[in-house]
Amino acid sequence: MPVFHVSNRQLVLPGQLLAEGEGIIVTTPLIYRSDDKFYSVITGLVQVDEKEKRLGIVPLEGAYMPKPGDTVIGVIDDVGLTYWSVNINAPYEGILYASEALPKPFNPVQDDLRRYYDVGDYLVAKVVAFDRTKNPVLTIRDKGLGKITEGVVVEIKPPRIPRVIGKKGSMLDVLTSETGCVFLVAVNGRIWFSCSDPRMSDIVIRALRLIEEEAHTTGLTDRVKAFIKDEKKRLGGDGG
Amino acid sequence: MRRRGLVEMEAEKPKLILENGLRTDGRKPDELRPYRMVVGILSNADGSALVEMGGTHVLAAVYGPREAHPKHIALPDRAVIRCRYHMAPFSTSDRKSPAPSRREIELSKVIREGLEPVVLTELYPRTTIDIFVEVLQADGGTRTAGITAAALALADAGIPMKDLVAGVAVGKVEGMLVLDINELEDEYGEADMPVAMMPSFKKITLLQLNGVLSPDEFEEALKLAEKGIMELYQAQREALLSKYKPIAEQEE
Repeated sequence: MPVFHVSNRQLVLPGQLLAEGEGIIVTTPLIYRSDDKFYSVITGLVQVDEKEKRLGIVPLEGAYMPKPGDTVIGVIDDVGLTYWSVNINAPYEGILYASEALPKPFNPVQDDLRRYYDVGDYLVAKVVAFDRTKNPVLTIRDKGLGKITEGVVVEIKPPRIPRVIGKKGSMLDVLTSETGCVFLVAVNGRIWFSCSDPRMSDIVIRALRLIEEEAHTTGLTDRVKAFIKDEKKRLGGDGG
Repeated sequence: MRRRGLVEMEAEKPKLILENGLRTDGRKPDELRPYRMVVGILSNADGSALVEMGGTHVLAAVYGPREAHPKHIALPDRAVIRCRYHMAPFSTSDRKSPAPSRREIELSKVIREGLEPVVLTELYPRTTIDIFVEVLQADGGTRTAGITAAALALADAGIPMKDLVAGVAVGKVEGMLVLDINELEDEYGEADMPVAMMPSFKKITLLQLNGVLSPDEFEEALKLAEKGIMELYQAQREALLSKYKPIAEQEE
């Protein structure tokens, strides 16, 4: 019979004994098993389902690991002969081949990739393939992907991105409806948004920082909503 | 006259255990120095920690996992851990040359090997995890304080690890086993044994012994070290939790 030593949503640290016994289903690689004992390997919030005997951890710290299908925001680091090297805020550099970016075949003898995208350009891209033996391959050949030409990109800790989206997108709904800005939340910790009012951008940045810092608490959506409302009121007052 | 008096005092071996059974700094034989641990004090590093054990102050910073440079050091199946232990020029009473010494290179290796068993390097192949241990002020037990700080910095960086690691040195002075020795006790004592452990699993990741202990003394010294490590482990946990706690409380 499994015994759980932690309660749901409890903050745990590396090396902390979470549960012991047989028949426990572990839903993450962030749990280390030694015989019948299960230990956390990271700082995070545990997910305990005693009925289903499930054990998981939502990390609060750590690097972004690319997965095929992820939408990421990258910055071009380097331009090769037939590919761009893209920083995707991961331990591995993303690779964008010319064939995944340009509509026509590319001939490096006649053409230069810098004509299309150069170092420092921001891209919304999708991870096509990543298997740990080679660097992640990106594409921008899909709807909504490509170079970012306007707006703001904010970087937060990648594990805290789920809180920016919220349950069924609730946090994102609040951000969108309260500020009237357009958002694109990428799983690698970068968030793009565009506001018609530049003063609103400042509020959004501070709201995102608030979410990042308090990602481990509950009732965050309401607090973010109140925060934006307060700030908007202050703005209105200042403006006369 | 005064100067001569000082020189004479230095040459003489000081009395390390006083008549009342306490040590030179007033501690009991099995007592740690007053410690302080702070996590996340450097904003540019992925993880960082400051550990103070009495007069020993050590700062640790962790970067990674990140792409390995130079590329040939990368391993196809796991991350490489690199560690640099360094003593600041101002950490000792005489200026220490900032160039890495033989001793520092060795301690870098020893600290790395003390941490390697806990880090799940296989989750991040072809990358490196860089650990920097900077001794700001040295008063004995810098390698164990370094390991304690580095483990905190790794946890702060969110690098998956089976357990934290904490370390402490046990020494033998005037025939008595004492916990967490300082510079003076290290210099004039008969033995010095730094130990680092994974506290939850009670596994030893670092064990060195300089000097002579009998088998019985060794057993007892190890027990003493374990006691100290368990206390430090609690302090480590509190330091890590305090990063999140304030907001969690404010809410209730």
